[in-house]
Amino acid sequence: MSAAPARASAGGRRHGTVLAAGAVQALLGANTLLVVLPMLFMLLSSLKTTREIFQQPFALPAAVRWDNYAQVWGAAHFATYFRNSVVVTIVSMALILLTGTLAAYALGRYRFRGNDLLFLYFLAGIMVPIRLAIIPLFVLMRDLHLLDNLWSLVLVYAASGLPSAIFILTGFLRTLPLELDEAARIDGAGELGILLRVLLPLVRPALAIVTVYNVIPIWNDFFFPLVFIHEDRLKTLPLGLTVFFGEYQTNWALLFAGLTLAAAPVLALYVLLSQQFIKGLTAGAVKG
Amino acid sequence: MTGRGSPTRPRLSYHAVQGLWVGAFLAPALVLFTVFLAYPIVGAMAYSLYHWDGLVRGGFAGLANFQRLLTAYPYQERMLNAFWHNVVVFALTMIIQNGMGLVFAVLLAGRTWGARAYRAIFFMPVVLSLVVVGFLWELFLNPIWGVVNKLLVLAGLGALARPWLGDPHTALLSLILVNAWRWVGFPTIVFLAGIQAIPDEYLEAARLDGAGPAAMFRKVVFPLLAPQVNIIVILTFIGAFNWFELPYVMQGVTGEPFHSTDVLGLLFYRSAFGAVDTGNPDVGLGSAIAVVMFVLILVTSGLGAVYLRRREVEG
Repeated sequence: MSAAPARASAGGRRHGTVLAAGAVQALLGANTLLVVLPMLFMLLSSLKTTREIFQQPFALPAAVRWDNYAQVWGAAHFATYFRNSVVVTIVSMALILLTGTLAAYALGRYRFRGNDLLFLYFLAGIMVPIRLAIIPLFVLMRDLHLLDNLWSLVLVYAASGLPSAIFILTGFLRTLPLELDEAARIDGAGELGILLRVLLPLVRPALAIVTVYNVIPIWNDFFFPLVFIHEDRLKTLPLGLTVFFGEYQTNWALLFAGLTLAAAPVLALYVLLSQQFIKGLTAGAVKG
Repeated sequence: MTGRGSPTRPRLSYHAVQGLWVGAFLAPALVLFTVFLAYPIVGAMAYSLYHWDGLVRGGFAGLANFQRLLTAYPYQERMLNAFWHNVVVFALTMIIQNGMGLVFAVLLAGRTWGARAYRAIFFMPVVLSLVVVGFLWELFLNPIWGVVNKLLVLAGLGALARPWLGDPHTALLSLILVNAWRWVGFPTIVFLAGIQAIPDEYLEAARLDGAGPAAMFRKVVFPLLAPQVNIIVILTFIGAFNWFELPYVMQGVTGEPFHSTDVLGLLFYRSAFGAVDTGNPDVGLGSAIAVVMFVLILVTSGLGAVYLRRREVEG
């Protein structure tokens, strides 16, 4: 705001505006460095030897050691952790979108007794910190024989992703004109057909928001794997990373390579889709 | 009910068929939500009222678990210590992280050069896993080989170099700053959206009344940001009282050094899954902590929402 050009008439005024704009750029630039340098440093260190990291921390790598990555990928169960994370995230997301869309369709497009009550029931889940129920969840998973099973994660992520998904999708569906359904019904479409052929193409933006809103927290989650998963071959990336850090404590080159590998997929996606990520992750806190 | 067309199959009315479809649409979500969210939450409340031997439920305990947690040694000390740290995390995050977020939002509003790029860059760490962020900064803050101390020495501030995470006086603050590094883009975006939603006429009117930038911020922009401040305060509170990953990854399950970074989330985890303090899991105590956290989060964020909403209406 202070940088808004106020069409200064006097030279002194313009001088002041330029100075203010310079100060603004300096502050924003400083924070840019604060954000970017640690990540850049992580990347550079991942291409050095540990000795180089210790002795010349600020120098460029003498020789680029891609080998660090090969070692991490091979030695630790990194590939396995990675695959588990991918599987859990995709299956959880699919379950949220599938069950969430169906429920939102019923709540948003049909009038029936208890509609409002059901909507509130789901909505109540938004504010609930589900982690505080970890003990009953642990007992439940044990009784269902799902401990040390990726389904334990999928089911919890799907259940805790549902309230926001239903909230967003129901709200979106309610804004679409009911005549769409009527017209399709006259054309002979069934209840499911109306959703699939008429409404689904229209709610795609809302589905995108639901996806971004959930996919990052699920990919990054550490708490539930920590409790449910003990077998190394079933660990997801964040949990696997703790194993990896325990094993390679002193080999900083490998540690940085591991961190870079773990951060790379989300960062790459973010660079491609930053606007969608910003919009999706702040959904709920930012209107519109 | 009975169809005229096919004698073998009773024909349902149109409404009954539709009702069945609606039921089928709702059932999967309802089952998933009820079994894996609603039921465990209710269970968590109930668990706190029983005696436990490991994961085997004993007799009804009434409020004995709560009494133990709030009055008995060493639980009371641990609880108050952890609770205090959550309060500190909330307060300092509000001031440092959200204060910076507000400043950045103001700087990015208007026609600032490069605003779009800055926005995207500031938000970038928000997508990173807290485990990655925690480990990364643990390496940076290493007393001997970490770059933070080396940079301080390079800048001639070697006297300030210290074992940031190993010193009880700086450990919690270090974690709060690392957390702010990861999150600051979030309040920035939320506040920025709020500022951009303010109609230009308001600002123009204030400018015509001779308001300088400072007065304009205090009298026009900030009051109109009440909804955004509202949301950020609540989210920060929930986040601060749910704090777990960062202290766990960087300081271990007991909140080293000497419990100086212990928070309710760690205490809860220790009680539930093999307490380090006593050696045994204590499900009754853990459940009591969960209930206390639950009530704290729900009541405070609820009250906060009501209070701030009222302020919002009064303007």
